[in-house]
Amino acid sequence: MARVAAVTGNEAVAEALRQINPDVCAAYPITPQTELMQRFSSFVANGKVDTEIILVESEHSAMSACVGAAAAGGRVATATCGPGLALMWEMLYVASGMRLPIVMAVVNRSLSAPLNIHGDHSDAMGARDSGWIQLWSENAQEAYDNTIQAFRIAEHLDIRLPVMVCMDGFIISHSIARIDYLEDDPVKNFVADYKSVYPLLDLDNPKSFGPLILTDKYHEYKRAQHEVMTRVKDVVLTVASDFEKMSGRKYELFETYRLDDAEIGIVILNSAAGTAKDVVDSFRERGVKAGLLKPRLFRPFPYEEYAQALQRLKAVAVLDRSDSFGGYGPVFMEICSALYPLAQRPAAVNKIYGLGGRDFLPQHAAEVFAELEEIARTGRVKTTKEYIGVKE
Amino acid sequence: MAVATRRTQGLTDKQLHYCPGCTHGIIHRLVAEAIEELGVLEKTVGVCPVGCAVFAYEYFNCDMIEAAHGRAPAVATGVKRVLPESVVFTYQGDGDLAAIGTAETVHVASRGEKITTVFVNNAVYGMTGGQMAPTTLLGQKTTTTPFGRQADVAGFPLRVAELVATIEGAAYITRVAVNTPKNILRAKKAILKAFNVQIQGLGFSLVEVLSTCPTNWGLSPPEALRWLKEKMIPAYPLGEFKAPEGGV
Repeated sequence: MARVAAVTGNEAVAEALRQINPDVCAAYPITPQTELMQRFSSFVANGKVDTEIILVESEHSAMSACVGAAAAGGRVATATCGPGLALMWEMLYVASGMRLPIVMAVVNRSLSAPLNIHGDHSDAMGARDSGWIQLWSENAQEAYDNTIQAFRIAEHLDIRLPVMVCMDGFIISHSIARIDYLEDDPVKNFVADYKSVYPLLDLDNPKSFGPLILTDKYHEYKRAQHEVMTRVKDVVLTVASDFEKMSGRKYELFETYRLDDAEIGIVILNSAAGTAKDVVDSFRERGVKAGLLKPRLFRPFPYEEYAQALQRLKAVAVLDRSDSFGGYGPVFMEICSALYPLAQRPAAVNKIYGLGGRDFLPQHAAEVFAELEEIARTGRVKTTKEYIGVKE
Repeated sequence: MAVATRRTQGLTDKQLHYCPGCTHGIIHRLVAEAIEELGVLEKTVGVCPVGCAVFAYEYFNCDMIEAAHGRAPAVATGVKRVLPESVVFTYQGDGDLAAIGTAETVHVASRGEKITTVFVNNAVYGMTGGQMAPTTLLGQKTTTTPFGRQADVAGFPLRVAELVATIEGAAYITRVAVNTPKNILRAKKAILKAFNVQIQGLGFSLVEVLSTCPTNWGLSPPEALRWLKEKMIPAYPLGEFKAPEGGV
């Protein structure tokens, strides 16, 4: 039996962590993530979980403590956002390089300067090369479901890699929405007992983590990390299939919306996808074959599956809520890489939207679809990359 | 009619955003008055923290730069090295200075940088909503220690002034409070002295100011002042921990 509740995105993820009952959480407050770990720390204080919570002095220390706890053989979770994730930078690579299955909620927030606390994807996109698996969530329900699946993915014995679960700061983290919670026992059975692999103080098999490896073996070590990433896709799908059996909710590598027979389409992450789906419907009502693709697994990026899903489009717009200054938006770069091997590929444009929490409105999606109609008709792209929703 | 008194030119006309009963406003005024009285307003650069005082750049009537969380002393060092004749101060809370920025604070003192830090200690993370800070008192209830801070799981309060006073490059380290008119006057003197230490090139100066947070302490403003006196001052004794020999 599911429990229906009205909660914020932060609360939903904290509830998932309560049900999973990790051994260690190390955290430092940062808006808009603060509420998440604060709620979790009240579960600790009230004896609802057995977790050791470490209230450290910075995110750099938070991830360092997570690395130590995971290497020691514990199931470990944390949460952060924006500048906090940026401060963890050095340790992100340590966590993935040591193959420690840490799960982290990332409440997407912009980066300074100028200082801004609102939601965009600059933080997690900046961390895309760090060797962490990235799952993205449109709403509180997906953030909750992805968090539960993240433990199974991270701890899967074929991969053992850290996972970050992303949701939009404020838009999702602080908005109250209806959510279907799972009961505790099915969740506990789903994630199962933690299997410690190569823990410290296994005296029969002594070991060191993260030693100095120079020109002789470092390159091979990194190739091993690359190779394990190629196995993640199958694990994500297997876990999603098991999750569907438990919950009835279906997850894949990405979600498509009215895309099968579409001629024009938008690729867009997280909460703005919900807004854009409504606009797809309104274009469909006018007889325009519009569709949408919402990435879920962004790292590793399943290029072939994306190409297959988008190959029949005449024109596609990739909407990025972050920028790679001097380059294209990060999602656009991946989509173009995915489409490149196709003999016939859609024309593609990149729109940067919603930085620092700027609202993404239906009219923005409508303007993009209108431009795509024109591109599909003429085959001509006027501007490849453009900011939308700009106050002039 | 002669003007008997007027508001300090060290502050702008912007209305402060602080909660009722918060003493940030008093501390802002003391810092601004000190800068004005020393006649250095035109050559002062302030460095803002992340935390409740993040909007300090709106209030101080001098050039300000916003630092990343905890990094104000490092940013101030950079400013001072390029503008050695300037007066540079950081204004930081305990979440900023005594947590994420502890290393910067220790090392700005270690290098003996000629800057001044105003350290506002209210024993809690204010802006993020009242979580435990390293400065939180034992037994103090916060949103992350709802039954009170317990040393075995959450450690002990960090006494920054005493810590920094052990460092050779620190020239003037003091702790004051702003809970009574008398203490406010003492705080003003301490802030003036800290800036003078900087201007005379004697080294790093830090004034720790015990401050209230009625909102996150869950107390009325008068109760908060009493709590500061009865709980905070015993844990964080007032006084000079280091001062230049022969005075300033």
